[in-house]
Amino acid sequence: MNAIGKGFLWELKKHKVKLLMLLPSVLFFLVFCYIPMAGIVVAFKKYNYIGGMFGSPWVGLENFKFFFESGQLWQVTKNTVLYNLVFLIVNNILEIVMAILLAEMAGKYIRKFLQSAIFLPYFISWVVVAAFVYNIFNYEYGSLNNLLKSLGLESVDVYSNPKAWIFILIFFAAWKSVGYGTVFYMAAIMNIDSETYEAAEIDGANIFQRIRYITIPALIPTTIILMMLSIGSIMRGDFQMFYQIVGDNSLAFSTTDVIDTFVVRSLLTIQEYGMSSAAGVYQSVLSFIIIITVNYIVRKSQKDYALF
Amino acid sequence: MRQQSDRFLFNTLGFIIVGLFALLCLIPFWLIISGSFMSQEAISMHGYSLWPTEWSFDAYKLLFQTSQELIRAYGITIMVTTIGTVIGLLITAMTAYVLNCKDFRMRNYFSFYFYFTTLFSGGLVPWYILLVKYLDMKNSILALILPPLLNVFYILIMRSFVSAIPEAIRESATIDGAGDFTIFTRLILPLIKPALATIGLFIALHYWNDWFNTMMFIDNERLYSLQYYLYQILSKMEFLNSAVAQAGIATANIPSDAYKLAITLATTGPIILLYPFVQRYFVQGITVGAVKG
Repeated sequence: MNAIGKGFLWELKKHKVKLLMLLPSVLFFLVFCYIPMAGIVVAFKKYNYIGGMFGSPWVGLENFKFFFESGQLWQVTKNTVLYNLVFLIVNNILEIVMAILLAEMAGKYIRKFLQSAIFLPYFISWVVVAAFVYNIFNYEYGSLNNLLKSLGLESVDVYSNPKAWIFILIFFAAWKSVGYGTVFYMAAIMNIDSETYEAAEIDGANIFQRIRYITIPALIPTTIILMMLSIGSIMRGDFQMFYQIVGDNSLAFSTTDVIDTFVVRSLLTIQEYGMSSAAGVYQSVLSFIIIITVNYIVRKSQKDYALF
Repeated sequence: MRQQSDRFLFNTLGFIIVGLFALLCLIPFWLIISGSFMSQEAISMHGYSLWPTEWSFDAYKLLFQTSQELIRAYGITIMVTTIGTVIGLLITAMTAYVLNCKDFRMRNYFSFYFYFTTLFSGGLVPWYILLVKYLDMKNSILALILPPLLNVFYILIMRSFVSAIPEAIRESATIDGAGDFTIFTRLILPLIKPALATIGLFIALHYWNDWFNTMMFIDNERLYSLQYYLYQILSKMEFLNSAVAQAGIATANIPSDAYKLAITLATTGPIILLYPFVQRYFVQGITVGAVKG
């Protein structure tokens, strides 16, 4: 054996306790992440239960062809990307506004209370959000129609109106996660050197000028990192949210079906293993390409902001 | 003077904008509470409203009478949350400790091994086939415990907590002859208690709110987790009726619309009650994540 091989074995022996301590997590990711990666072959097979993941017969690109020709591909891709883009923009703007206001506002207790109030939805499961949607938008009993009626206006039936769901989803996406993002941005604001503010104040800058010329520029790195993370997952729809809010309301699928809900539905209701795994591979591969590309571009222009 | 009036303008703007958003965040919760105290007649006549015209406890009476299944679902969720959080937390901390050992040169390869799983995945279908066909987890409680056990981001956050501990502590313990496992259990774990609380709460919240794994793997009603049980009640009229019938109550005149909201509150109550006490740990966890990028 050469010196490197010996060195390697010596390393293993020296760190055997460390390696043992890593064993559970290494095994976990092997089983739940790496083996499913190898299971991508299912997308190229005609899956049957007996043959399983590796023994079923090959069908080449048949499953992908089926997925492309089903007419669903374009629709679910468009929905996934557009929703994520809107969420990304709306949520980040709201988070930055909330963080700046909360960081500078007067009144310690009221500030604490308001921050707690906007963070609370993060802790609630999407099933409970579905109960909210039912409570507010139900055609016969919903609070919204109740309010409209008492104002002498006509009731709205959101369930048969696919466009309404776009706004409901955007609202609840912001509702659920803006509190979390606000904490993130507030952490970035707290990191700004307070002397900068004091110096600006002495020079006569008012609070709006301080925000414009100190706080906002200081938040740019955080914003870029959060944007990169979101763009990296732009092909991934938040399954729990879409599934719980929209449910089985097929009238709304044209505007609300994303890749993830499409995959789960094809898998669980029609047991279409081939096509749903083809859709999954399509999603994973595109996501991977997008992450690598975005990271490459960021690394070329602003090395500090790159993820890896 | 200018400064003062700008301040005043800023504060007013702040209270209006943040206050409005906070109000929007709280209203749905209030609507659930108020609706759950309405009588079936009031709901059929006027729909859910911001304030019950008359307070009715029918829904809660029914909830109490049919509580057997709710309690069982609670039991499943408490068990899964406890076991999953304790084991997941220990493995997360252990992994984070090893990834922080500067003398362990292979740690970068392992970091990459973990990190890569966030960049690429095999998708849902192979994962599902693996668990159902090869690991035989259909209708097994393990299907609720194992999949959410570890999360790469929690390992990374934990690692930045561990890296705040001076390397000298580990070195001196090594010189005194302590092994890595002893150092981890005797020295590191007590020092990262706040981190354990933070990450532990993130993991516990994830388990508590999980319904996805029940949907994917559990057909047996006796193994339903709390949130999935709630989902069944909300989405399937038959499920609600069978729960009521099993308790020996006539299904004709049940306050089903208020009941749905009462049971929503019953499953979410513990989180809302604990929220004021645990909030700061979550804030701390996010802050560490933010500073580390």
